[in-house]
Amino acid sequence: MIPFHTLTSRAIPLPAADIDTDAILPARFLLLLSREGLGEHLFHELRRNAQFALNRPDLAGAQIIVGGPRFGIGSSREQAVWALADYGIRCIIAPSFGEIFYANCINNGILPITLEGEPYEGVLDAADASVEFHIDLTAQTIDIGKRSPITFGIDASRRDALLSGRDTLDTILHDDMEHIARFEAQQQDAEPWLWIDETQFAPFASIGGDND
Amino acid sequence: MTHGGQTLYAKLWDAHVVREQGDGEALLYIDRHLVQEVSSPQAFEGLDRRSLRFRRPSAHVATPDHAVSTDVSAPNPRDSLMALQVRRLIENSRKHGVPFVGETDAAHGIVHVIGPELGFTLPGCTLVCGDSHTSTHGAFGALAFGIGSSQCETVFATQCLPQSRQKTMRINFNGRLSPGVAVKDVVLALIAQIGTEGGRGYAVEYAGDAVRAMSMEQRMTLCNMTIEAGARIGLVAPDETTFAYLKGRPLAPQGELWDQAVAYWRSLPSDNDARFDSELTFDVSAVVPHVSWGTNPSQCSPVTGRVPDPAAEADPSKRGKLSQSLAYMDLEPGTSLDDILIDRVFIGSCTNSRIEDLRAAAAVAEGRRVSAGVSAMIVPGSAQVQAQAEAEGLDRIFREAGFSWRSAGCSMCVAMNADRLSPGERCASTSNRNFEGRQGPGGRTHIMSPAMAAAAAITGRLTDVRELAEEAA
Ligand code: SF4
Repeated sequence: MIPFHTLTSRAIPLPAADIDTDAILPARFLLLLSREGLGEHLFHELRRNAQFALNRPDLAGAQIIVGGPRFGIGSSREQAVWALADYGIRCIIAPSFGEIFYANCINNGILPITLEGEPYEGVLDAADASVEFHIDLTAQTIDIGKRSPITFGIDASRRDALLSGRDTLDTILHDDMEHIARFEAQQQDAEPWLWIDETQFAPFASIGGDND
Repeated sequence: MTHGGQTLYAKLWDAHVVREQGDGEALLYIDRHLVQEVSSPQAFEGLDRRSLRFRRPSAHVATPDHAVSTDVSAPNPRDSLMALQVRRLIENSRKHGVPFVGETDAAHGIVHVIGPELGFTLPGCTLVCGDSHTSTHGAFGALAFGIGSSQCETVFATQCLPQSRQKTMRINFNGRLSPGVAVKDVVLALIAQIGTEGGRGYAVEYAGDAVRAMSMEQRMTLCNMTIEAGARIGLVAPDETTFAYLKGRPLAPQGELWDQAVAYWRSLPSDNDARFDSELTFDVSAVVPHVSWGTNPSQCSPVTGRVPDPAAEADPSKRGKLSQSLAYMDLEPGTSLDDILIDRVFIGSCTNSRIEDLRAAAAVAEGRRVSAGVSAMIVPGSAQVQAQAEAEGLDRIFREAGFSWRSAGCSMCVAMNADRLSPGERCASTSNRNFEGRQGPGGRTHIMSPAMAAAAAITGRLTDVRELAEEAA
């Protein structure tokens, strides 16, 4: 995953509420087997409308979206985030996010910024006016050329993950394999029934080998 | 660690912390993972790219459900995207030694239907799946939640996930359901009231005498829909109903282990003095059958009501959203909901495709005919449900009434297989989401209970199922 430090870009205003993951990437594109190339299908339905902000020529190549309330609710499909990343989006600013979507963003190097009230309105206006944004994750600021930059909050662990570019799996493999082994030994003692023996699957499932 | 004052959620959480990470975050151990074809190819790909193996293959069960054909006479074309996706899951499972249930196997079905059927889902376990309706398994007192594909990859390799602890909300349902009213109606009424964000950030526990009286299948419907209220986790404390359902299932503990397990499971319910961050109480006896009229599950009303008027909405952003929903749904404000004509009926999905759901639909369909011009299908949630329904003669009732009887899969809950709406078609559906295009681009979805969907099939319009009951009486 690409680390996130700073980003300078214009922003695409998509302030409608409840833009769900199905609008971001319709279900039929989930049949594609790879992450690459999904950006082509981003907002597939909405994009057909010439007025849709993603189609604005002045915002071509923009890497930020200013979304509306509950951006990314609905289906847990990570493909929605891969499509955004593949399209080049690196940051989404919205009053609130779908929870699974939010976690998926972090894990794919997209910075989700939760912003409400006046600061949000300011950012939305700036996006509309095609103003250039400068985002600094270490300082936790969004600079849109106003008197003072807007500050935003983010969990320290999530910020560090984005800054380091180390995704969850890398981090666990690096830090936690001993803790996991210890936990497993304890659980096997305390709740042995949670440890299914491979043979228990035999009556109804196939394991490995040829099952053509 | 579990002395007094603890909620079910806290007990489940504490029992799975591998390492506290501060700020209410912890690395949690994951006991069970259901793997399906749509959210897994990239997870397997990632594992291969990093040259990693599964930590514990037998903590996973893989099966294709989203992209499978439910029509035995029309399997997926050989090199269709659907067939390729299913094929990829077979190859990946085989390569990594993951237990795999094939499309034509007796144990096949929608992941959230077969997990419980197999006894893979157990009280006190953590269970994940790359699918948001994983909340279903909370009905067993399991800590179950939907995850994204990279998280699937993380679980493959480590059996762990970092999670942040949720706040807790208890929703008490008291009273008794009236005739013709299903748990689906209760949960739609709940979502209409608290909204699609009402449960956001919470692990919801359902309690109260109405929940205690529910069967496991009803509890699964309730927990399944919890994600539509914005909460990733819906829980019901395990009790005798839970144990009776699980006993003897293939992956449930047997003999002495069973007794040990039950003794532990009895310690899981929230303590009497447990404190919740939020608490709501509803009387279910007042609930009437509901249907959705909009494009999210909170946009629903009693079927006796009317399509709302955006002009009456004071909040401009809500007004805009409402107008947009009605435009998509092609509905005029003020229309009686039971005047809305439908083209299709879908009875199925992980919300409402279990045997009790099919019985409820069959009770309405029996001796009647699907309205001319309506195409109606019944899709059992699993091959086991299908076999049971056939043993009870439900398939005959449905066929005689003019429904098409299918084999198990997600089918028209999600437009990822051959079963989908055409643009402009209107469907009475027992699934869980009425988002724009969910059942096919341009398709219009009204969600409701199985009995209500069967009633709509018979009359060709949204219908209060209680009217048909009166007519028969
Ligand atoms: S039936 Fe629908 S909601 Fe359930 S797992 Fe399948 S697609 Fe998802």
